[in-house]
Amino acid sequence: MDVRYEAPQTLEAAVALLAGATAPAKILAGGTDVIVQMETDLIEPSLLVDIKKIPELRQITAENGGFRIGAAVPGMELMAHKALNKAWPGVLDGVKLIGSIQVRGRASIGGNLCNGSPAADSVPPLIAAGAIARIIGLKGTREVPVEQIPTGPGKTSLAKDEIIVSFFLPARPPHSGDAYQRFTPRTEMDIAVVGVGVNLTLDNGGTCTAARVALGAVAPTVLLVKECADALIGTKVDNAALEKLAAAASAACRPIDDKRGTKEYRIKIAGVLAKRTALAALEVARKN
Amino acid sequence: MAKKYHITTTVNGDEYEYLCEAQQTLLDVLRDELQLAGTKEGCATGDCGACTVTVDGTMVCACLVLAVETDGAKVDTIEGMANGNELHPLQRSFLELNGSQCGICTPGILIAARELLKRNPDPTETEIRYWLAGNLCRCTGYDKIIRSVQAAAKEMRGA
Repeated sequence: MDVRYEAPQTLEAAVALLAGATAPAKILAGGTDVIVQMETDLIEPSLLVDIKKIPELRQITAENGGFRIGAAVPGMELMAHKALNKAWPGVLDGVKLIGSIQVRGRASIGGNLCNGSPAADSVPPLIAAGAIARIIGLKGTREVPVEQIPTGPGKTSLAKDEIIVSFFLPARPPHSGDAYQRFTPRTEMDIAVVGVGVNLTLDNGGTCTAARVALGAVAPTVLLVKECADALIGTKVDNAALEKLAAAASAACRPIDDKRGTKEYRIKIAGVLAKRTALAALEVARKN
Repeated sequence: MAKKYHITTTVNGDEYEYLCEAQQTLLDVLRDELQLAGTKEGCATGDCGACTVTVDGTMVCACLVLAVETDGAKVDTIEGMANGNELHPLQRSFLELNGSQCGICTPGILIAARELLKRNPDPTETEIRYWLAGNLCRCTGYDKIIRSVQAAAKEMRGA
């Protein structure tokens, strides 16, 4: 295996390298999936484009009352960002569950998304948050909702010359809260049997006015489930609404049987976990 | 012939220059090129933490970092933990309290524990267990490891 390594300093240079590659190229962010896939011969890239030296990919900045997060910012840096933790605790719930501290020292949310695992822990909360990815390629820049990026296990809608630069998390209305929970046999160093991200906003009377619910590990891609959101909107997130939410979550699942759980188990757990996660998001929203 | 990359890295305060191929991991280079075999290979897939080192102060698995990515970086490994012949308090407590059995996980756990105590000199048992969640040990059952970290933390606090 003869691999060429490039670490461009600019987005333009990175795009040019990817566009000009005549053999398989791979973007290297934290590398916690790519290097394992290389070591185990799952992939054999002939060009690695390390994007960590490009400033836009490494910054967390305030923007329009929200945040712009560089796609290659490591998880430990996200976890250390106090304002981001306060505004989007659910997104951080997901980040905190990725691998170990050692893994999070490298792993990024851009990488977690582009690795294309339906069980990626940061993806459901990003989708629930309404995060928008900024993508750059030869044709310029486009802004894409995160839920439109994964297309199947290990696959994304990005073209060969495209790179995710950053994610935009919008400003929060008052009484908003988000949460992510996953079900695993262990508390650490595990992969989700099911993961649920919930983001909701309440009015002054405590009625839910907006909600987004995303389910992980129950379909070929993370699912944004409108029926789950509809179960919450217009309610006080009471037991009746939670039962509807659970039913909608279970109904949306298209899981596989694997060593982590059977189809039936995942479908059941998705409903239970959706309720728990909605209650966690509700608690956050009531405090904000 | 595969392209070689010229890398300059500071390891445990000493400057090293070497040539490597793009796909060689930091773990491969530490052990096979720089003869620093204190860093162990357990799984080589980032699951076990045996190869834990720090790169520019960040705790990482050396198997999940390419050597080419560490050009100009500062790497710290287990070989730099003792001060000459004087063991680090964590190394001493692991010896005294049998925190190490077969020893493969020990260098990674010592580095991880040192990074914990730098940030939190008085961690609870739960905090120690969560911090070390990415370091697997198949011998001790973890209890002796936790006691060893607690004893070293106490000593380092002067308590």
